[in-house]
Parts: sequence; structure tokens; C-alpha cells
Amino acid sequence: MSNLLSIHSVSKHFGDYKALNDVSVDIPKGSIFGLLGPNGAGKTTLIRIINQISIPDTGKVLFDGETLSQKHIINIGYLPEERGLYKSMKVGEQALYLAQLKGMSRTDAKKQLKYWFDKFEIGEWWDKKIVELSKGMAQKVQFIVTVLHKPSLLIFDEPFSGFDPINANIIKDEILKLRNDGSTVIFSTHRMESVEELCDHIALIHKSNKVLDGNLNDIKRQYKTNTFEVGLVCNEHRVIKQLISSKFNSVDASFRSLGNELKLNITLEPNQTSNELLNFLSSNAEVNHFMEVVPSANDIFIQTVNNQK
Amino acid sequence: MNHTRLIIAREYLTQVKNKKFLLITLLIPFLFVGLGLFLSFLSNTNSDSTKNITVVDNSGIFENSLLSSDTVIFSFLEDLDEGEAKLISKERNDDGLIFIPPLRDAKNINYVELSKSIKFISEEAPTITMVNSIETKFEEILTNLNFVSVGLDMSTIEESKIYLSILQESFEGEETTKLDSGVKVLFGLILGLLLYMFVFIYGSMILRSVLEEKTSRIIEIIISSVKPNQLMMGKIIGTSLVAFTQILIWTILVFVISTLASSLLGVSTSELNSVDLNDTQVNSLFQSSLNAIFNLPLLNILIAFVFFFISGLFLYGSLFAAVGAAVDSETDANQFMLPLSMPLIIGLYAGMLTVSEDPSGTIPTIFSHIPFTSPIVMMMRIPYGVPIYEQLISLSILIATFFAIVWFAAKIYRVGILMYGQKPSYKDLYKWLKY
Repeated sequence: MSNLLSIHSVSKHFGDYKALNDVSVDIPKGSIFGLLGPNGAGKTTLIRIINQISIPDTGKVLFDGETLSQKHIINIGYLPEERGLYKSMKVGEQALYLAQLKGMSRTDAKKQLKYWFDKFEIGEWWDKKIVELSKGMAQKVQFIVTVLHKPSLLIFDEPFSGFDPINANIIKDEILKLRNDGSTVIFSTHRMESVEELCDHIALIHKSNKVLDGNLNDIKRQYKTNTFEVGLVCNEHRVIKQLISSKFNSVDASFRSLGNELKLNITLEPNQTSNELLNFLSSNAEVNHFMEVVPSANDIFIQTVNNQK
Repeated sequence: MNHTRLIIAREYLTQVKNKKFLLITLLIPFLFVGLGLFLSFLSNTNSDSTKNITVVDNSGIFENSLLSSDTVIFSFLEDLDEGEAKLISKERNDDGLIFIPPLRDAKNINYVELSKSIKFISEEAPTITMVNSIETKFEEILTNLNFVSVGLDMSTIEESKIYLSILQESFEGEETTKLDSGVKVLFGLILGLLLYMFVFIYGSMILRSVLEEKTSRIIEIIISSVKPNQLMMGKIIGTSLVAFTQILIWTILVFVISTLASSLLGVSTSELNSVDLNDTQVNSLFQSSLNAIFNLPLLNILIAFVFFFISGLFLYGSLFAAVGAAVDSETDANQFMLPLSMPLIIGLYAGMLTVSEDPSGTIPTIFSHIPFTSPIVMMMRIPYGVPIYEQLISLSILIATFFAIVWFAAKIYRVGILMYGQKPSYKDLYKWLKY
């Protein structure tokens, strides 16, 4: 898979402060790419460099193989974290204005806006001013403005903030649809459950450095510890537990369940397989829960960040 | 370039469509013309009312020589003492009583003594103009009589008097008059003030527009589409166009309204300052004022105003834009507004104090070349005539400075629009220049 965006050893200083230190990231075409990191790590700086709002001190950015330049602006749609619209300008008017700034013709922009306004059932907002809309409503307009010119690269910074769960779902579905239609999405967020749900690649930036990146599943595979969460229905917990620990590394575990099972986390040695474990367990007790513990994005995030300290 | 056009169009349209803009643009000319008409109406009615004055002339000298006019009607009585005269005057309810006691020696009249015995008695204190005009009338009559009494022939005196109105001419051979200088002073002041006001008003407009984008946080979306410099220039140009629209509308409105009003009400605005003069005098003053105005280098003034206004607004506009970008709220902007407005104010005062005395003196010349004060001071000087090459030099300095300043302002603007939180210090601004 080729990369839509390649960031090569980009650094950026603000005075004495180093906002980005030699960061390289490749963003594959057609992926939903999670850009993660604690507050103040340098995510926004990186996003602004991609948007050509800031210019990197060193390093370069390639867009679809070409050096990033003014002409690529129309191929990028950006929804910043701190967002807003002209308060006293009418919704339709400013959507048209912003679309034209992205290189759309007025008629084309009108047509596309009508499509999106109908889709979100907000046609009657056209002549309203932003001050008359609620925050969630304004966010919808903002989302439309971001995707309207069908950019090949979409950058969403915390896209779900300000949305209720229903509308957040609508937006999430739209993001997936846009990806399926061929757009590449950079997705910056602190909400790990949405990373889990949406992203197939991630990069983790911490204290101006990239500390982790790659395919989310590969990373998970890398971070997994061959641990299995098991639930055993048996009468004598203690006997079974001893039996198991004679052969496997096991510790008590807790997870939600309906019965009063023996709950264990069992970590396999490199020479042991999950089938061996399952066979051993089923020959000694009734197995009603058997699941590999896969680290969540959240676990990986916290673990990586803490390791850096 | 296309983007800049879009930005200019948006900036222009949102400001022009703003209800406040419409209201101010339409109301101010009416206000001015209305005020003018009201004033001239007031002074007209005031002077239209004729004053009735009783003259008790016990000397018998003045009855034939003291003539009533449009504004004062004298009615003569004789052979009354002061007490009786007062009673009659009160009864008639007139505006005053002039009492002249009987002559002491009818054959050998002492006019100086007589002049000292004339009294004006009234219920309310008379206006200075009325007292002056009465005094002048009596003075004239008594002086003439006195001349005759000492043996001087009035007609000889009249013939030998010399009246002088010095002929003024410039080196270009244009005739000038005292009125011309007055008109120049006035024009210079008005032009300087207008420029000062417009630069200030529209400069603040640019500041507010920048601040609006920053506080509404739309700025990041905009500058992900256009370069900050484009945005800033678009704002400055758009607002300048708004300024021109407003000035154009005002000029047209004032012209139309005053023409309409004067033809409808029969009041000429030029009567405003000349109500005391009679018709022919009004006409001649009006005529010579017009002549004085047409004697000004009007085309030069117009072209210079346009160029100095644009350049001045651009220069200050970019600075105001940088301030708007650097701060988070209008209150925070005040700290930086003061040092920005200082040169404008200095220019205005320097111009007002020095230009009318010596328009091509050292101070006005220097100030009309310093780019931050030149728009104002140069506009004050131009009515007196400033060589075109000097205007061009000043304008070139102004434009060159604008380019230097815009570079500097754009840097602050670029960094500032994305900075939120603390109010920046001058040190921060300096640091931003290096980002």
C-alpha cells in the first residue's frame, strides 16, 4: 500500500521550545490513521505543518509523492479542535465562502451543500446565523464544510467533541463512508474507544517525539503477552488453581460474569500453545470463558507514555 | 489571487450589509445637513424679528438722519423727560428706548458732550450686535456733524479717503485674497481631520474584524485554506473599499440633500455665517468664497487625498491588524492602540499648530515626510500649494514604509492569530518575529 502522506524527520521550534523533534510518519492511502499523544505532545503542531499553517524548521512532507505545496490545500479537509464559524454570518453564505476558499466553484459548492444539508436534514438552517444554532448544530455545519470539497486527505481533531451519542454515531458512520470512498483520514483524539473502533494505523507522539507507530493490529500483536482470560466452573477452586499453576503461570483475575466461576489470567510460555492450555483446562473443569487478552489502545497508550518517563 | 478576491468580497459585503454601517452611512449626512439647516433657520428667525425702538430726541438733530432699517425701526418722540419717556416706552412694549436730552446751547453745539449724554434704556439687556449697530449709526451722524461744525467739507473728506484691499498673487500668477487664506486654513484643517478620523475609524474596523475571526476560532479553518498574508491584505483592502463606499455615499448624499433642502426651503447654507449682511453682500461673499475654493488646487487635493488616504490606511491598517491578531479581546488591544495612535495625534496637532502659520516651514515639511504623520500633515499643506515632486517623495516614503511594516505586521499576525491565552508583551511580539 502506498503512502498518501510521508513526513520525513520534521522538527519545529518555537523560540527555545522544541515542539517536534525529528518526527517521521507514513500515512497509508485509504487508512484511518490515529494520531495519538498526551496534551501538549506536539500533535497540533504536526497537524498544522500538514495544513501548511506552520512551516517545519527541518524535514519535509510529501503528499502523494510530491513535496507538499500550496496546490495541495484543496486536497485537504481540516476540522481543527478549536473550531468556530463567523457568528453573525448566515450558515449557507459562510459554507459557500469556505468552500470557495477550498477552490470549489460557487455552483458546485451550492450543489454539494444541498446534498449534505438534505442528508443531515438541516436544510432550513441555510438562512440562519450561527448564533441562532446550538453548539451541536454548528458542529454539523463545520463537519460538512470540512468534507464538502471531497478532499483526499481529511484531518479530524477530536471530531466527536460536542456531539451527543446519536450524532457522534452519524459522524462516525460518515467518516467510515468517506474512507470507503477512497479518502485517507487522520484522526487525532484522546478517546481511545473511538481509536479502537475506527483506526487501522496509529502513531503516538510524546514530548515532541514519535514513540510508536504502525498498523494497530501489528502493534497489538507486539504488545500482547500471550495471556488468556479463563473462567472455569468447578467446585473446588483452590485445588484446580493449584493444579493449573503447577503447569502454567497464572494469577487471579476479575471480569464481569453471571456465575461464580474461578477466574484466572494465564500467561503462556513461548513453548506452550493455547490449545495445550484449553485441553488441559477442559480435562479438569468446565470452561465457560476463554479469551486471549489483547492490549487495548488505551493500555498501549498508557504503557508507552509511562515507559518514556 | 483568487482567494484574496474572495476575502475582499466577503470582508466588503459583511461590513456593507451590516445594519450599523447602513444606519451610520445614511444618517450622518442627514444629521449634518439637518444641523446646518437648523442653525441657519435659528439665526434667520432671530435676525428676522425687527426691533422696535423709541427714540426720544429732545435735541431735534437725529430725526432726519437716524434711519430705520430692516432690523431696527426707530419711532421718534419729542419734548419728554426721561421719566415720561420710560413710561411710554414700557406701555408700547418695545425693545428699547434711546433718550437724548435737550441741547444746552442750540447755536453752539458741543457734539462731544452730546455724544456722551445719549442713553439706551431697555428691559432686557440688548444684544451686542444691536448696541454696536446703534453706536455706529450715532457715531457716523455725530462725526459728520462735528466735521461740518469745525469747518471741514464732508465731500472733500470722502473724496480724499483711500480704501485699500491689497492685491495678493502667487508666483504662478494666481490672484489670492485674504479670504483665500481663510479658506485654505479651513480646508487644510478639514482634510487633516477627515484623514485622521477615517484612518482611525477604519483602522479599528480592521482590528475588530481580525479579532472576530480569532475569538470565533474560525481562523484556523481559514488559514488552512489561505495564507495569513493573503487574509490580512484581503481584510485591509476590503475595509478600505468599505471606507471609499462610505465616503462616496456621504459626498453624494450631502450634495443631493443640501441642494434639495436649499431649493425647498429657500435657505442657502452660505447664509449661515453672513446673516447680518444684506443680499448683495451675501452674494458677493458667497461668490468670493466659491472663487476662493476654486482657486485651491482642487484636483491635486482630490488625487492626493485618495492616495494619502489609501497609503495611510494601509500602513495603519496593517499595524492594527497585527494588534488584533496579537490580543484576545478589544480591551487588551487598548494597550497597543496608544503607541499606534500617538503618531497620528502628534501629526494632527503639529499640523494644526504650524501649517497655517507657515505651510512650508521646517516643522510642517518634516512632518509631512515622516510616513506615520505625512498623510495628515501633507493633506493640511496641500491647499496652500505643495510642489508635486515633494508630494511624490512623501508618498513614496509612505509606500516604502508600508511594505516594510506589512512584512513585520504579517509576521506578528501569522503567529498571533493562533495564540490564545496570555496577553503578549512587547518582548513576546519581538520573539514572534523570529518564529
